[in-house]
Amino acid sequence: MSAARSLEPWRWLGIPLLQVLGATVLFGVPLRVFGLQLPEPLFAMPVVFAWAVIRPSVLAPMSVLLIGLFCDIFWGGRMGLWAMCFLLAYGMVLGGRNMMAGQSRVMLWAWYAIVTGAAMAAGYLFVMMHAKAAPSLVSVAWQFLATIILYPFAHRLIDMYEDADVRFR
Amino acid sequence: MSLRDSQFGELKVPLTWTAAVALVVAAIVAIALVVSDRRETFRAEAYGATRSMSDGVLAPVGDVLSAPGRWTGAGVQSIGGYFFAVSENRRLKAELKEMRQWRDVATALKDENERYRTLLGLKTDPPIPMVAARIVTDSRGPFANTRLANAGREKGVKVGHPVMSENGLVGRVIGISNGASRVLMLTDVASRTPVMIDRTNARAILTGDGGPNPRLEYLRGQDPVKEGDRVLTSGDGGVMPRGLPVGVVVKGLDNKWRVVLAADRAAIDFVRILLFDDFTTIVNRAELDQMPVPPPTPGAPTIIAPTVVGPTAAQPGTAPGAVPPAAAGSAAPAAGAATPAPRPPAAAGAQPAPRTAAPAPTRPAAGAASGSAATARPAAPRPAATTSGAPRPAASRPPAASTGAAARPATPRPAAAPAEEPPH
Repeated sequence: MSAARSLEPWRWLGIPLLQVLGATVLFGVPLRVFGLQLPEPLFAMPVVFAWAVIRPSVLAPMSVLLIGLFCDIFWGGRMGLWAMCFLLAYGMVLGGRNMMAGQSRVMLWAWYAIVTGAAMAAGYLFVMMHAKAAPSLVSVAWQFLATIILYPFAHRLIDMYEDADVRFR
Repeated sequence: MSLRDSQFGELKVPLTWTAAVALVVAAIVAIALVVSDRRETFRAEAYGATRSMSDGVLAPVGDVLSAPGRWTGAGVQSIGGYFFAVSENRRLKAELKEMRQWRDVATALKDENERYRTLLGLKTDPPIPMVAARIVTDSRGPFANTRLANAGREKGVKVGHPVMSENGLVGRVIGISNGASRVLMLTDVASRTPVMIDRTNARAILTGDGGPNPRLEYLRGQDPVKEGDRVLTSGDGGVMPRGLPVGVVVKGLDNKWRVVLAADRAAIDFVRILLFDDFTTIVNRAELDQMPVPPPTPGAPTIIAPTVVGPTAAQPGTAPGAVPPAAAGSAAPAAGAATPAPRPPAAAGAQPAPRTAAPAPTRPAAGAASGSAATARPAAPRPAATTSGAPRPAASRPPAASTGAAARPATPRPAAAPAEEPPH
């Protein structure tokens, strides 16, 4: 009975979006543990990846834009930078969606890492051009590592909603 | 007739294409925003109303979320203080003993400094008021290193104000709203701070790169820096006050000079926002442009001023405002009153110098004064002293720096040179 139900956008778009915002705010707390700062992963990336894999949608790119703008405002970065990077990642996944259908978890993880790397490379290049200084590669690498270990969240989201709507089977 | 019933009702647009169109629209919006953004500028309006409003909302949220962390930290600290009280007491006693010696040195140096300043007439920077604030959110990514402090416009914070922790400089304010300020950290890739090396006085620009240790760029001179040198703000350009501690120089893995920030010694939880305005904007530029009349040299024979009587004060090119009120009132007596008058000591502590007025008969009185503007001009501020015959303290002259543009004619000395007589 429940399988025949259509998937409401708030379930696969709204709730993950709020979870991403909450996690981003929570990790923005100035806290040091044993003198070390918390990492700053891109919590939006698993969600962006999963949304593009689950199904094409008009609402998803707008939600990605929203998350990106929130990150820019919350982190005090250049307005639109993360929005642009996340949309690039979303576009890459959407473009290669047919290739990824039926792939194993490891392959999807590798694809996720490639997409994350491309998004961060775009951000790196843009910041470098605009600030006329190269950001630290070590910092970029740390953020990249902290982000790609978040893939299990993306996979869970894909598992939950990829076949949840009978119209997309 | 509805769309479903029309001939377009059967038209099926592929979902991927509609998603792609939405993606392109969103991307255009994002690119437009990122190209037009100017967050690191000194213009308050560049920060934007959206961000100001968001900061105002996010600051209390961050404050609440960071409260458990603060309480935990305070609890751990108090427990540690209880258990390590004896060793802490021993350490503090040793430190106090050392500090007492430093206090004596500091007192002597302070006294010496004050004497030098008095002797040189140095004008030191005025004290800078400051506002305390708590850091409520923190971003540590490679492309943005900013923090949100819970003090904003209502406390007088402005864009550009430097921010310090108890250990050293943290950054500067780039955005303000009511109740919150966005602080651009020294480590942000957009941060540029003029600094100097304490040992050599060499200047450099501290350039953030998103990492923990910003680079020193544009270093000049031979061996201007070595490992372990202290770095301070240079105050160049008026962005920051001079002498704020920044950190210590180290050689980076990339073989570039970098700075271990002093502020990183401890967690940056409380900060001080210095309400610092560039001193060049505080002073009156017109006042600075005035050439002050130097005080007489102690013990040296004084230049004899030409004796010109009342009407010369109203010559063309001489502003009436240049004559002090007391002088204007006493300018009526004739030139005959120009008797030698001893000049009292100047306010600056100069020794009394006998002042000799020019012999009255050698100068034409009122009538001749209208002949040449060149000869009449220098006499404008003088009549009071020469005609009244009363001693006039040097300090009673209208200081050029305080009278503004109207006092400009009060600097007639160069023009008076032709009328000077050799010293007696």
